[in-house]
Amino acid sequence: MSAGTPQVATPAARLRAAQRVLSDNPAIALTFVFVALFVVTDIVNRAQSGKAFLTPTQVSTTFLYAAPLALLAAGQTLVMLTGGVDLSVATTATTAAFVSSGTAHDHGTGYALLLALAFGFGIGLVNGIGVAIFRVNPLIMTLGISSVTLGALTIYSQTRFVALVPNIVNTLGSSRFFKYVPYDLLVWAPIAALIILGLRFSGFGRMIFAVGDNPVACRLAGVRVWQVLLLVYALCGAFSAVAGILLVGFNDAADLGIAAPFLLPSVAAVVIGGTSILGGSGGYGGTILGALILTVLDSLLTILNASQALKQILYGAIILALAWLYARTSSGD
Amino acid sequence: MSLLEARNVGKRYGPVVALESASLSVDAGEVHALLGANGAGKSTLVKILTGVIQRDGGTVELRGEPVRVSSPSRAARIGLAPVFQDPALVPDLTVAQNIRLTAVDVDAVRQRLREMDVDVDFTEQAGDVPLPLLRMIDLARAMARDPQLLLLDEITAALPSDLAERVFAVMEDWRRRGRSVLFITHRLAEVIAMCDRATVLRDGRDVGTLVPREIGERQIVEYMLGPEAATAEAHAAEVDETPLKGAAAAEAAATTLEVTDLRVGSLAGVSFSLRAGEILGVAALEGQGQNDLFAVLAGDRRAEGGEMSVTGKSLRPRHPYDAIRSGLVLVPADRLLALLPQRSVRENIAAPRYNRLGRWGPINPREERRRVASAIEALQIDTRAQRQVRRLSGGNQQKVTIARWLASGFQTLLCFDPTRGIDVGTKRQIYALLRRLADDGAAILFFSSELSEFPLVCDRVLTLFGGRITGELAGEGADEASLLRAMHGLVEEVAS
Repeated sequence: MSAGTPQVATPAARLRAAQRVLSDNPAIALTFVFVALFVVTDIVNRAQSGKAFLTPTQVSTTFLYAAPLALLAAGQTLVMLTGGVDLSVATTATTAAFVSSGTAHDHGTGYALLLALAFGFGIGLVNGIGVAIFRVNPLIMTLGISSVTLGALTIYSQTRFVALVPNIVNTLGSSRFFKYVPYDLLVWAPIAALIILGLRFSGFGRMIFAVGDNPVACRLAGVRVWQVLLLVYALCGAFSAVAGILLVGFNDAADLGIAAPFLLPSVAAVVIGGTSILGGSGGYGGTILGALILTVLDSLLTILNASQALKQILYGAIILALAWLYARTSSGD
Repeated sequence: MSLLEARNVGKRYGPVVALESASLSVDAGEVHALLGANGAGKSTLVKILTGVIQRDGGTVELRGEPVRVSSPSRAARIGLAPVFQDPALVPDLTVAQNIRLTAVDVDAVRQRLREMDVDVDFTEQAGDVPLPLLRMIDLARAMARDPQLLLLDEITAALPSDLAERVFAVMEDWRRRGRSVLFITHRLAEVIAMCDRATVLRDGRDVGTLVPREIGERQIVEYMLGPEAATAEAHAAEVDETPLKGAAAAEAAATTLEVTDLRVGSLAGVSFSLRAGEILGVAALEGQGQNDLFAVLAGDRRAEGGEMSVTGKSLRPRHPYDAIRSGLVLVPADRLLALLPQRSVRENIAAPRYNRLGRWGPINPREERRRVASAIEALQIDTRAQRQVRRLSGGNQQKVTIARWLASGFQTLLCFDPTRGIDVGTKRQIYALLRRLADDGAAILFFSSELSEFPLVCDRVLTLFGGRITGELAGEGADEASLLRAMHGLVEEVAS
């Protein structure tokens, strides 16, 4: 630049500044995207069927549908904050769906639900042991465990058992009270509050961020990194089990593919929410918005008659685009 | 005739000057030493000459022709082959695979090793081969390229004397065949025995080319020091205005840390004791065991032998956590090892508070804020960029690594080169802080690669050479000349 020219904000510089603001406050942008997407869906729906989409009922439905995804993405958020990824969340949820509906008839609802949660926690614990203690790459470990559980479930689903989705699970997964409030919010909201507050205001939350940011520094600060990872993966399994229970309540029956379509979206919701793929920064607030955005997007695609294949292509493309954007903004520092 | 001629070569990284302006001339058929204290710019110069990094200024000529060494492979093509300080091998590949990686003929390397009478199993994984043998493989690999100039950076530091002899034989052979060697070492005896000429670097400049045989070890040391001794003293007087050197210091205080015959890695049996209120310096050339010493004390590595005790209680840390619980905390030189770059100043400083399960519950924000604020104040940390520690300056980052331990409490501070790459003003703040901490009863073990810091900071200084303690000096007496002599194992004068 020659000496005489005054400093003008070039479009590129403005874009960078905007990127900086958005990368520091992703919630603003995400809320905007969520609302905009809702409006677009409304317009498309009016054009197609003459009906409005921007109604209290549709808003309520969006939250109802978003809950299982947001719970799968809750565990995923914790794991990705540590710099890992959990590819077993969907099969863990499926396991919980089978366990809760398969044991309720013989042993009662309470037993069934606890057992489902224990299975989720247990699968997460195995992931955690592999990743934290035996230092298996998280991708490999959770993919392997996912395959093992899916195989075991296939065998289990061929045995004779009386499947019964308890009424309370059914209500939680598919009904509303006060006309517009989905029951699954009663499960999701407290967990969400716990995670958001826990990440900020608990020692464990601090350690999750710390381990994702720099495990070597954690070790030198006296943190037993394996303890943090172990608990994170176990919690991820437990949250996935909760998601599975809601799903089986919504579908009123367990099947092997009940949670599979949510695997990629669970990662996408976290990435959309602004959590770093490399770990160390982000949070659950963004993930919630990510899950809501994906749910509306799903509605929009359904209205447009898009196939499942097209949806998968889109989710994949979103993750790649955001990963690319993230790499760009962080290398600009 | 001059084989290699470098003139006014310089390199800077942002505001940090790695090499100011260095000139070097190596004749054909010559073994030429490149000398200088830590940080004088030797390794930077070698990396520039071999295309690992690019120079910012100056010229390089080979046999009178200007050359641009744009990459290591280009350097190899024009006959410059380096052996670097750190082994350049992939640990999980076998020796043979490693050699193939660099497009060097495996049989040629095998032949070279056989000539040197070194026995290496080429099917072994490089990670399982002992360090001295790796150095010899590196050397053989460089020789297999049949270069005009071999550049050997600290190759003998990790070698036992019998292998070092073979390296010398190679150097002799190269000279006899009219080729040249550029030899970097801290061992002056080797320089005098082996080298025809030596170029001395100081603070990134060449300060003279001399004939080592004629001038002797002591004078070489003076060259490396330069007329700085006088300046350093003026410097000391200046800093003395701040209240350093507390009187309370060592006298009545009980022993805090007792180390007896500690052995690990290159550390070959070290004993010393450190008292509360005392700052004990550790001075050493590169690779004399100081890294291992600090790693063991900080619990990052397990001792292979010997004893450690803290206030009378035996300590065998298996994890840094154990050392921290006993009050031993580490401030490493590399801030990347200690910081959470994406997290805030506050989270960084508070991090060690939550290192155990019992502290994983809800945070007490008021208590945390109070402790963090007082640590920030004690260290005068500039918190304008506090949202992410990576946006802080190097000096402020280093302050954060110290502040963590102020906020979480400690008894013994292990400072490993805490002022590396930090500006002068911040350095003085850190010296003053260390003294204040000692006056308040902390014990401090202090390693530095800058010799001028020892008399400013320390009550006592130990010198480490070849994994053993070779001398002990009083803080005031630890001027650079005495330190350098003791650090080179020339102890007779120091003993008194």
